[in-house]
Amino acid sequence: MTRPRYGTHLFLVVMSAMWLLPLLWTLYTSLRPKAATDRYGYWSLHGPYNLHNFTDAWTQGNLPTYFVNSIYITVPAVLLTIGLASMMAFAVSRFTWKFNVTLLILFTAGNMLPPQVLAAPLFEMFKHTPLPYALSSSGSLLDTYYAVIAVEVAFQLGFCTFVLSNYMKALPGELTEAALVDGASVWRQYSRIIMPLSRPALAALGTLQVIWLYNDFFWPLLFIQSGDRLPITTGVNSLQGQFLMNYNLIAAGATITVIPTLVIYLALQRHFVAGLTLGANKG
Amino acid sequence: MTQTTTLSTVAAPVDVAVPRTRARRMRRLSGSDRLVLGVMVGVPTLVQAVLIWIPTLLSVGLSFTRWNGLALSDIRPAGLTNYQFAVRDYPPFWPAIAHNLIWLAFLALVATPLGLLLAVVLDQRIRGSRIYQSIFFTPVMLSLVLVGIVWQLIYARNEGLLNNLLGTSGQPNAVDWFGDPHVNLWAALVATAWRHAGYIMVLYLAGLKGVDPSLREAAAIDGANARQTFFRVVFPAMRPINIVIVVITLIEALRAFDIVYVINRGTNGLELLSVLVIQNLVGEGQVIGVGSALAVLLLVVSLIPIVTYLIRTFRKADR
Repeated sequence: MTRPRYGTHLFLVVMSAMWLLPLLWTLYTSLRPKAATDRYGYWSLHGPYNLHNFTDAWTQGNLPTYFVNSIYITVPAVLLTIGLASMMAFAVSRFTWKFNVTLLILFTAGNMLPPQVLAAPLFEMFKHTPLPYALSSSGSLLDTYYAVIAVEVAFQLGFCTFVLSNYMKALPGELTEAALVDGASVWRQYSRIIMPLSRPALAALGTLQVIWLYNDFFWPLLFIQSGDRLPITTGVNSLQGQFLMNYNLIAAGATITVIPTLVIYLALQRHFVAGLTLGANKG
Repeated sequence: MTQTTTLSTVAAPVDVAVPRTRARRMRRLSGSDRLVLGVMVGVPTLVQAVLIWIPTLLSVGLSFTRWNGLALSDIRPAGLTNYQFAVRDYPPFWPAIAHNLIWLAFLALVATPLGLLLAVVLDQRIRGSRIYQSIFFTPVMLSLVLVGIVWQLIYARNEGLLNNLLGTSGQPNAVDWFGDPHVNLWAALVATAWRHAGYIMVLYLAGLKGVDPSLREAAAIDGANARQTFFRVVFPAMRPINIVIVVITLIEALRAFDIVYVINRGTNGLELLSVLVIQNLVGEGQVIGVGSALAVLLLVVSLIPIVTYLIRTFRKADR
């Protein structure tokens, strides 16, 4: 097994280079002023290299607003998803009642649907749900964060419930039996025994969900109409129109958008990969 | 006792020994405990019902109507006319179906096998395996919007890296990779594969780690070479993860939307079923009935992998 395998390494090096090339090209383009690339072409090594594109993209591209909007959507949506999913998973995996499996199947199925299947009815439902103007400038649920958060939660709930129920089912039954004998209530079993024991699964799912929701494009695209309310992933798409052919600025905007995911990934890599594989391995 | 038996027969998926004690426990629950459990189940179920299941049914309902999306009283029954229109008279329909099939074929024959290959190679004891894994995995963290933007920088006609490398940049015969309807589907697929292969690699690596090492040892003792060991022993042992990967590939092909929408809103060579649904729903030519009919077709096709997956998963839990 230890003999050197030049063929394998050659294959991996070539593949890695192809994989990194688009990212490095983006970074390289973003570091060069438009004037330099106009003069020498994008395929050239002429400097100068600086961060002006980043500051320009940050201010001209409305990126701070988009980032704040992303936080407004992602944080409550992830907390609600994990909270609701853990309660549902607890109830279906630690107790046996009529329809508990049926419900779990329906939850899991919901997560796998293409979102476009639900687009028309959800859009119309939200459009026809009046909301006081104090809460929504559109007078309906459209163009509000509530709409996006609610649908993101509903859509991710199935997957999280499925993963957490598998995890909780594997926890030994004696744990809660003993608590029950001691007279612990259902809520106490959930909050003091099962939840602390599920911490690895919760951490993995939480990390995965933050990245997924941060990266989600479709639901904000459908529900948010005011440009200044878009989250970053949907908002960054408009940079292409706004910066027209200024690929240097577009590259800088794209790079800025990757930074939060990159930080989360580097800090919580183990959890993220665990989250991705948690759902699949139980199949 | 009768109650215990009915409960345990309904409670199929938990292993056989447990239901009796669990069922008993259920009866022992106090009123407040039952209330807490009711809320724990009720709230998530309500959210799912209102925002997933009911809209799915409404999609089916709306596909048989004609409606402009204004007042609810304007909804008119339309029978099958939306479906007839979509299939017979709607120009982008058949191209979209063809593109979805090409998308599926490309993922299934190129991107997914590439992910498997990377996983199998990296599962060996290779120096730097972790670094390679991180490299191939990086695109998985990016949104498809960013994948589209990053590849736009590669594919742009005069500014892009590809045409500069090919030496065609700035010349009249330079290919506009995302703009030319003859090639843009393939260009988008390459960009998609860049992300998809890393995702499959991670899932498959986890699966490979779960294969009992004694299986390989036994195969090695029996004189099997690496290829035989993989195809005759390891691959069949990974049946569960193989099915998950088939399902993921199918669903990803049906869900494809973001990247083509970012490139050109899914027009001019990049029509997909999911995009046609949205084009009929928003914008000037709003035809909710037709959009819903297309959504229902998408739903019906999606149910094939979904049901396959659910049957497999929950039948196994049944045992």
